[in-house]
Amino acid sequence: MVFVTLIIGISAVLSWFLGRYMTYIMDSSEQGTWQSYLKQFAVFNVIMFAVSFAVLAFQQYLPLNPDGKGALTADLIFNTAASFTTNTNLQHYSGEVSMSYFSQLFALMWLQFVSAATGIAVLTAIARGLGGKGFGNFYKDMMRATFYILLPVSFVVAVLLIFTGVPMTFGGTVEAHTIEGALQNIARGPAAAFIAIKQLGSNGGGFFGPNSAHPFENPNFWSNAVETMSIIIIPMSCVWMFGRLTGKMRHAAVIFGVMLLLLVMKLSFAAYFESAPAGALAGLDVQTSSNLEGKELRFGTSAAPLWAVVTTSTSNGSVNNMHDSLNPLTGLVPLTGMWLNETFGGVGVGMINMLIYILTGVFICGMMVGRTPEYLGRKVETQEMKLVLLALLVHPLCILGGTALFTIMPWGAETVHNTGAHGFTEILYEFTSSSANNGSGFEGLGDNTPAWNIATGIVMLVSRYVPIVLPLMAAGSLAAKRISPDTSGTLHTDTVLFGAVILGSIIFIGALLFMPVAVLGPVSEYMAGALK
Amino acid sequence: MKSDIIQGVKAAFITMAVCCVLYTGAVYAVGFLAKEKAEGSLIYKDGRVVGSRLIAQNFKGERYFHPRPSAVDYNAAGAGGSNLSPYSKEIRERAEKIIAENGSGLPADMVTASGSGLDPHISLDSAVFQAERVAKARNTDKNRIIAVIDEHTDSYLKIVNVLELNMALDRVE
Repeated sequence: MVFVTLIIGISAVLSWFLGRYMTYIMDSSEQGTWQSYLKQFAVFNVIMFAVSFAVLAFQQYLPLNPDGKGALTADLIFNTAASFTTNTNLQHYSGEVSMSYFSQLFALMWLQFVSAATGIAVLTAIARGLGGKGFGNFYKDMMRATFYILLPVSFVVAVLLIFTGVPMTFGGTVEAHTIEGALQNIARGPAAAFIAIKQLGSNGGGFFGPNSAHPFENPNFWSNAVETMSIIIIPMSCVWMFGRLTGKMRHAAVIFGVMLLLLVMKLSFAAYFESAPAGALAGLDVQTSSNLEGKELRFGTSAAPLWAVVTTSTSNGSVNNMHDSLNPLTGLVPLTGMWLNETFGGVGVGMINMLIYILTGVFICGMMVGRTPEYLGRKVETQEMKLVLLALLVHPLCILGGTALFTIMPWGAETVHNTGAHGFTEILYEFTSSSANNGSGFEGLGDNTPAWNIATGIVMLVSRYVPIVLPLMAAGSLAAKRISPDTSGTLHTDTVLFGAVILGSIIFIGALLFMPVAVLGPVSEYMAGALK
Repeated sequence: MKSDIIQGVKAAFITMAVCCVLYTGAVYAVGFLAKEKAEGSLIYKDGRVVGSRLIAQNFKGERYFHPRPSAVDYNAAGAGGSNLSPYSKEIRERAEKIIAENGSGLPADMVTASGSGLDPHISLDSAVFQAERVAKARNTDKNRIIAVIDEHTDSYLKIVNVLELNMALDRVE
């Protein structure tokens, strides 16, 4: 528990300073409407998709391919380009098996930078708009976020990782003659540069198949500590940046507190359930320990549940243990993290998701006392609420609809790796992860099929762009209104009461939508397995 | 519209040049300060690569300490975990097989597959458990083996690197 407290505590403290720095970088008095911002955003995202699609499609003809990786199938290329453009990094391939170094760096790593920068840029624009300034220029914001925030921090992390043992080489696979005389091919690569931005940009797509469970991606206790903090620090900083840009620091502190509270609740839950041994070993003559299936020993015992919670709270999706092998009720915690998707959330977009819940909370409160709800002094009316609720509903619609379809159809039901309720959870997790733009998986699922590639590709695109574009439009509509003066009936957004309001709207609206599937999957597996 | 696209392509080109070429180059250059690590912590013996200190390799012989089970048969060019539910009968059957081969009272890490299938470590308990078999196969005193284990134990995490331990044993003989 000391380890967990230290990691979260240090990250929270550092985020205060990084948030200040990010505000300094991102703040500008640049004019611009939300419409022009949206247009630039859309054009650039189409280019991101097209360029990465082209690089992946022609990787067999491109340089930096020492191991001669071949062509990928069209559906896998579509899925991968969609996945990295949307900052999801869901991977239906295994890096060391399928991808050339050129694809890894020029398609995937490039998108890890610019897709994360896109999230920060849009949050900045929304914050500026709500703060009463112009929305700005997307390209300026995106480049500032890339060059002055993501690049320097990534460089520092990459250097730290090299010194813990993460490889950074363009030499290909090396053939080892083992002590007992067998041959072992060891895949390597320019991993350190890749992993730094993978962690920092809430990307999560690993260089190697098992992600940060692989000893080359995460060689020891210290690399694990650095990588865990890298997951959460920029999402935390984004909340402070939002506060500074809108000039409402106390409001930001309330939001930060609510997010932290939910994070700590999930952490305690996961750490507790994962300390139980793997159920399959019950009654066997084995020393008792926490569940070690799918875990690496070098990170220590609390490192796996900590990572599992943090990575799914932030839409990162990297893993340092196999989520498929988590105890059933522990597995429910990552799912919950992705259902809510804003207990810090992704870089930039986590705070945007939170705004959706805040506006919903404000609206419900306004209805209860019978006056027009306000947020940051501006009236929240029908127009904004339509946009916000639509953005809110896309997520459950994609998850529940997709899961239902793939559970009854052979193209889904036949791809599961485990039987019964756990197999259902594999399907549920895959759609949840795609829709949350998370990218982690219950990796037993045989997901590199045309059906899975196309379905999750579409879900990722829809669930990325709808909850960015609609809140941007809502902010544009709010920003056009006059600021109404405070009265005695105004709901203040910087109080503990307001914190309780958003906590309530998150739990009642966000979590309860998913209660039935939680019972069908992880809970019934637990009931069937543990209550013998 | 045309000018929008040109602006976007320009931005893509600039970000790609900086993030993919300059950044990667700079990190690669730093790698030369820790060349051995940057190349994958490879271990050489008589000029040949025998493995990486970070990557588990399979040891089957009685004379050597065995690593944790691997769901991918220690394939370091296609790593992965078992992805089995902790309640699955496959895990139980694997554990029963390992118990039948090694005896009862095993530490749990000896019967569970790691996440990568390449976990280079075993727990200290597991090393001590295997010490008797190794000592017998090497015709030596168990305490001498334990002494080598102690030298290679991470005292905070209570884990031992299997490849380094086995190479140290060979050197001692």
